[in-house]
Order: sequence, then structure tokens, then C-alpha cells
Amino acid sequence: MNTHSIFAIIVSVFFLAACSSGEQKEGSDTSSSSSKSGLTQFQEKHGIGPYTEKIELGEIDPALVADGDKIFEQNCSACHKIDERYVGPELGNVLNRRSPTFVMNMILNPDAMVKKHPEVRAMLAQYYTPMPNQNLSQDQARAVLEYLRSETK
Amino acid sequence: MKSVLFGLIVALPLVFAQCSKKQDLGGNSEAAQKVYVAPGEHDEYYGFMSGGYSGQMPIYGIPSGRHLYTIPIFSQAPVNGYGYSEETKPMLETSYGFVPWGDAHHPELSQTEGVPDGRWIFINENNTPRIARIDLSTFKTVEIIEIPNSAGNHASSFVTPNTEYVTAATRFSIPIEDGNKDVSIDSYAENFDGTLSFIKVADEGEMSIDFQILVPGYNYDLSHAGKGPSDGWAFYTTYNTEQANTLLEINASKNDKDFIAAVNWKKAAEYAAQGKGKMVEGPHAHNTFDKKTHTATSEILNKVRMLDPRELEGLIYFLPTPKSPHGVDVDPSGRYIVGGGKLATVLPVHSFDKMITAIENEDYETIIDGVPVLNYESVIHAEVKNAGLGPLHTEFDGKGNAYTTAFISSEIVKWSLETFEVTDRIDTYYSPGHLMIPGGDSKKPWGEYLVALNKITKDRYLPTGPELFHSAQLIDISGEKMKLLLDFPTDGEPHYAQAIPAELVTENQVRFYKLDDNEHEYVTKSEKATKVERDGNEVHVYMTAIRSHFTPDNIEGIRVGDEVYFHLTNLEQDWDLPHGFSILGANNAELLVMPGETLTLKWTPQRAGIIPFYCTDFCSALHQEMQGYVRVSPKGSKTPISFGTGK
Repeated sequence: MNTHSIFAIIVSVFFLAACSSGEQKEGSDTSSSSSKSGLTQFQEKHGIGPYTEKIELGEIDPALVADGDKIFEQNCSACHKIDERYVGPELGNVLNRRSPTFVMNMILNPDAMVKKHPEVRAMLAQYYTPMPNQNLSQDQARAVLEYLRSETK
Repeated sequence: MKSVLFGLIVALPLVFAQCSKKQDLGGNSEAAQKVYVAPGEHDEYYGFMSGGYSGQMPIYGIPSGRHLYTIPIFSQAPVNGYGYSEETKPMLETSYGFVPWGDAHHPELSQTEGVPDGRWIFINENNTPRIARIDLSTFKTVEIIEIPNSAGNHASSFVTPNTEYVTAATRFSIPIEDGNKDVSIDSYAENFDGTLSFIKVADEGEMSIDFQILVPGYNYDLSHAGKGPSDGWAFYTTYNTEQANTLLEINASKNDKDFIAAVNWKKAAEYAAQGKGKMVEGPHAHNTFDKKTHTATSEILNKVRMLDPRELEGLIYFLPTPKSPHGVDVDPSGRYIVGGGKLATVLPVHSFDKMITAIENEDYETIIDGVPVLNYESVIHAEVKNAGLGPLHTEFDGKGNAYTTAFISSEIVKWSLETFEVTDRIDTYYSPGHLMIPGGDSKKPWGEYLVALNKITKDRYLPTGPELFHSAQLIDISGEKMKLLLDFPTDGEPHYAQAIPAELVTENQVRFYKLDDNEHEYVTKSEKATKVERDGNEVHVYMTAIRSHFTPDNIEGIRVGDEVYFHLTNLEQDWDLPHGFSILGANNAELLVMPGETLTLKWTPQRAGIIPFYCTDFCSALHQEMQGYVRVSPKGSKTPISFGTGK
């Protein structure tokens, strides 16, 4: 499995380098690899993890945002900033790129996401450091999601 | 892997061929199968071996013999900074100051109703008398208590059936009673005494010395508590009842019999609770490691309660026992007390019932310093004949059999608790000291395996110069005949060992420390909270680590001669993601910090310049990038404190 994933990284670095000039191509590239991924359509869109159905969101809850802010600061901010790329991607716009369910699965199941989800695997070639599992509970992850919602521009 | 298998296949028949005259070795494939734990699978038992003069406790999987981990206890550990980090240095404090290297002896698992329960394991330090408690949810030493009025804490750390007490005793008698201790050595008989110590263990594990018993000036060697009918009693071997103070190998080997001391600890505990005896001088360190602050503290206590058998009746009796007995082992039923008379030709087995009857009948040979000596003929139940030369220790399989190590004849001797006759014997390589059967000194041994802890290794493994690891041998005791299964080298000198079914320990395992629960004085729970603070020439760096960077990783404003404390918090919250820390020219140590933990390294920069630091544990693909710089300016320079990461 290790040699597999290293091979995959090398391949995706190669792809990324080859395709870095055009966003269009990068998009088509990921979609072609995802067809070989063995993932369900749901997983491709919403990630692999404890959430197998789309989560429902209501109005933004300010108390939950405040909780999420604290959890984010302790568990996430060493690598993620809201307004800029740091060790990981900037997160002020993550919900414009990913579904809330995808974000939840990414927080709660990063090891499998990095290994199995072709788009996340491709991100490894861009960001190099695989996202650590900070072992948040589902409630804590939900609070972080609320915080990210509140920061979304 | 293949070469190992090949080695097994080649080696086992050779061993078999060489030894087949003396041993009933299983077929080689049978022995190999019994110890083969497939990749990714786990051993059946945790084996906790004493590290002996290493002061630590190496852990081995049984039956594979895999070395799983070594718990740092009485010695500084150049693996994770135990005894070097500011948080753990207090664990090695004693009333003599900091002792960096101790001599560990007998591990003993905590028990509930006479059966090992997997909560804690205790182990004694012989040289500067102490007992440690290790929490088996973290495999960390969480408490060490010093034993005052003691020298050579050998008969330790054996527990009573519900871990009410863990006990200790002086191996070397010394002048103990308050007053002048500066006496001539040859006034031994007049001035030297021994003590037996009872350390109370609270429900949460905390230890305190409840009382000591002043006993005649002999050497007190080993111990075991009674169980079942003999619950409430503890037994200690003595030698040097001759009271020799020089050339003991001759002068302490003259008497045909020495004693096993039988202590009625329940009675003693009642006396102590009633405030009997007297409080005497007894400076001793008590070191505790706080789980929440990840920090140890050490305090010195000055007094202990001493009970004197000359004043308090019914505390202690002597059972005459041939000859310079070493081990004292109580069978699972609690009815028999076996003495390992290392110079004796027979293995004496005392009867607890007979002992009680003799006490009731005041069937005494004599009374020494308030201690009645029971008549040998009244307490002896059987003498096992032909039990090998130099019998030392006995363990039990729970199926009516006892197993005794014979040091001089280098064998394990199996004998029956019904007939008291030898039923089997197997050679060991070479000269076993202790032996261990999982649960073998408890009420319910798991049996199945026996480990001989051999003192002499010589040619058993590839030679490593004059200094060799010791040699353990795994023996199958599931059948009528013992069968040698495996040799494996053990670190240090395993004296005693204990083993417990793995599930009793794995179910309570802590995988990482929760950052939320970390109450360390200098914890840094987020990068935002990182800082560098100067107070005179003391500088505190509140630093974090997460894959794959430190924050801060650039620090300026440090001066030559400052005392810099790096308080490193590992922000990871997942199993098995430690980060290390080392800095060029550190005269102290390195750190290895577990997820959610905070540890502190003190560093005194000596030279102006740029000093790199880095993570010593290969933590990620970008581990080699996990580094930083400290700018050290000359003494008195005005470079302001500044710090950061990614700026």
C-alpha cells in the first residue's frame, strides 16, 4: 500500500506539473482519475468518512461559531489560515470549493481521504504535508464547520 | 523474515540434536509454531522484566520474545528525556539528592482478590531504597517513594492480595534506632537492626509508608504475601542470622538453618491505626507525577511509624528454614510456604496451618528480640528431595505443580504439591535466577508458559564482546513434560518478572494525551499562544510542534549565559505522532514529546552565533524540514527578543 501511494504521489506530481498551466486541464485531470477511484459518486462529491448523507445546515448559529473558533485555534490554526495558504490551503473560501459534508469528512477522516480520494491525493502534491487527524468529535467538527461558514466570503 | 525462518529451521534441529539426551524438546516445527506471532498479530501476554542494574523495566511479548518497550523508572532514559526533562527530574530525587541511575529488582503487578489486575506494576530499587508505581494505562512511572531506615531494598516490591500494601525490607542491616549511628562495623550484633516496611496503597494508587517493623539485624532477602487462608500474613526470608559483617560467603553460611519471618500484617496495621509504636526519624522522598500537569513534584517526609516486636505481641514469628534461604513463595492455595534454601539439600515446604497451630500452642524454640522462633518440626510440611543444587525461586501453574530454579545445577525442577516429589526437570542455559509463570505467584496462575531468567549467557547468541545481554528461555509447561521453546536476550539483568494476559492491559490504553486536559504550567495550546518571555537571564520559550514545524522556529534576543527553557507542546492529537527536540550543544538532553504532552528542556547557550534546533523523531515526509534557529548574542547585547514562524 505504501509503495502504491508513493507511486500515486509521484504520478500526481507529474500530472500536476504537466497541467499546472491550465486550470481547465487540471479539472479534467482529476475527473478522469476519479473515475478509476472506485469511489461512489457521493464519496467523490462529499468525501469518505462518517457522513454518508448530505448534512443539513440551518441559519448560522453564533454560539456554535464561537465554539468552532476556539477549536479551530487549538487544533487547526497551526496549519490553516482563513485568508491565506499556510501549511494547508486557505479556508476562508473552502465552502465555495467543497460541500459542507466534504469538509466534515475531511476533518474527521483525513488519513483515508488523503489515501483514497483522488482530489485530496492530488492536493498532497501541492501542499506536501498530509492533514493530521486531530481526533475531533463530530460535534467539535460541526462547530468548526460553523466557524468556517461564518468566515466564508 | 525468510532468513529468520531459515535460521529457525536450521538452528532448532541442531539444538535438538545437541540436547536431545537431556531434554524433551518439542519437534522443531512445533516449538517454532508455538512462539510464532505472525506479522501484525499480537502476543498473548505482556511480560514485564526487571532491567536489574539498568534501573528500568523492559517489556517483552510472550510467547514471541519481542522487545516491545522499556519503561524508564530509576534511571535517566536517553530515549524520551525521562530524568533529564524539567518535568521528570523530580522523579529521581531522594533524601540523598538526585540519583540518576538505580538498580531495579522485582516487578509485581497490582492484584485484586489475589489475581493480577493490570492497573499498575510496582518495582523496587535496591541501592537507594525505593518503590515505584507504573500506571499501565500509559506505561509511565507515576510515583516513587523512598524507604527510610533501610539499606539494600531487596525483599520488595511484593503486594498483598488486594494491593492494600506493597512491602519492602532491609537486605543489609544497619544501625537504625535513633541516636548515634557512627559505630564500629564489628559492633554489628550489638548495634545493627533490620526493618520491614509496609507501604499503603490508596484506591487511586498513591503510596505512603504506613509503618515499619524493627527486626533483628539479619539480611532480609525476599518476600511474598500470603493469600486465601494465609491472607493477612507476609513472609520474608532471612540469611546471615550469624550476624557476620565481613566475608559473608563463609561467615554467613555457618548456621544449618536461618529463618523465614512470618508477619501478621493485619495485626500490625491495627497497631499502626491505634497509634502504637513510635514516630522515628526517617527522611524519605515521595515523588509523584501529575497526569494533568505532566509534571512531577518531589517532597521530603521526615518521620515514620516504627513498630517494635519487643513491645507489641503477635506481630512476627520466625520459621527455621535451611539454609540461607533466598526465595519465599506461597502456593496458589495459600497453604504452603516454600523456602528456596540456596545452600540446602532439600526444598523446605512449611504449612500455614501448622504455623498457626504452633503459634497457638506457643511451640517456641526460643525468642529473639521479641520474635518467637517456632519449632522446625512443628511447621515443616515436607522436604522436597533432589530439587537440584542451589534452589532459589518457585512459581506455580495452578494445576498442582510447582517449578523451582536450581542455580548451580542450571535447571528447572517441577514437583508436585500433592506428593512433594520431583516429577520433571529441564536444563536451562545457564544458571537461572528467578523464573516467571504468568500469574505464577498469584492465586490463579494462567500457567501455560514459564520463563527462566538466566544469569549467565555465554555462547547462547552471537557474541557482543565481553558484555552480553542476559538470556531468557521460554518453556512450555502446558503438558506433563516441560519443553524448551525459545531463547531471547533481555536487556540489563532481569531479576524477577511478571506477565499478564494482554487484554487486561490493552483495554485501558491511553493513545494520546488530550490537549484540552493538559494543565501544564507552560502549556501552549495553539500557535497564537506561542511566546518568548525574558525574566532576568531566564528565558521561557512557549513552543508548539505539529507536522512539520515548530512555532516559533526563529528566535532572536537570546544571550550567552541565559538559562533558556524550551517548553514544547506537541499539538498533534493522534496516536503515535511524537515530536522530538534537540538543540546544538545541549549539555542536558533531548526531548521526545507525545501528542498533547508538554515537556521542557533547559539549555544554557555558551557561544554567540546561530544555533539550529530540530525534530529528532521522523514525524512526516517533511520531517527533515522541521527545524529552526536561535540567534545567540554576546552577553550584555541589546538584541531584542523576537520570534515567529513563517514570517
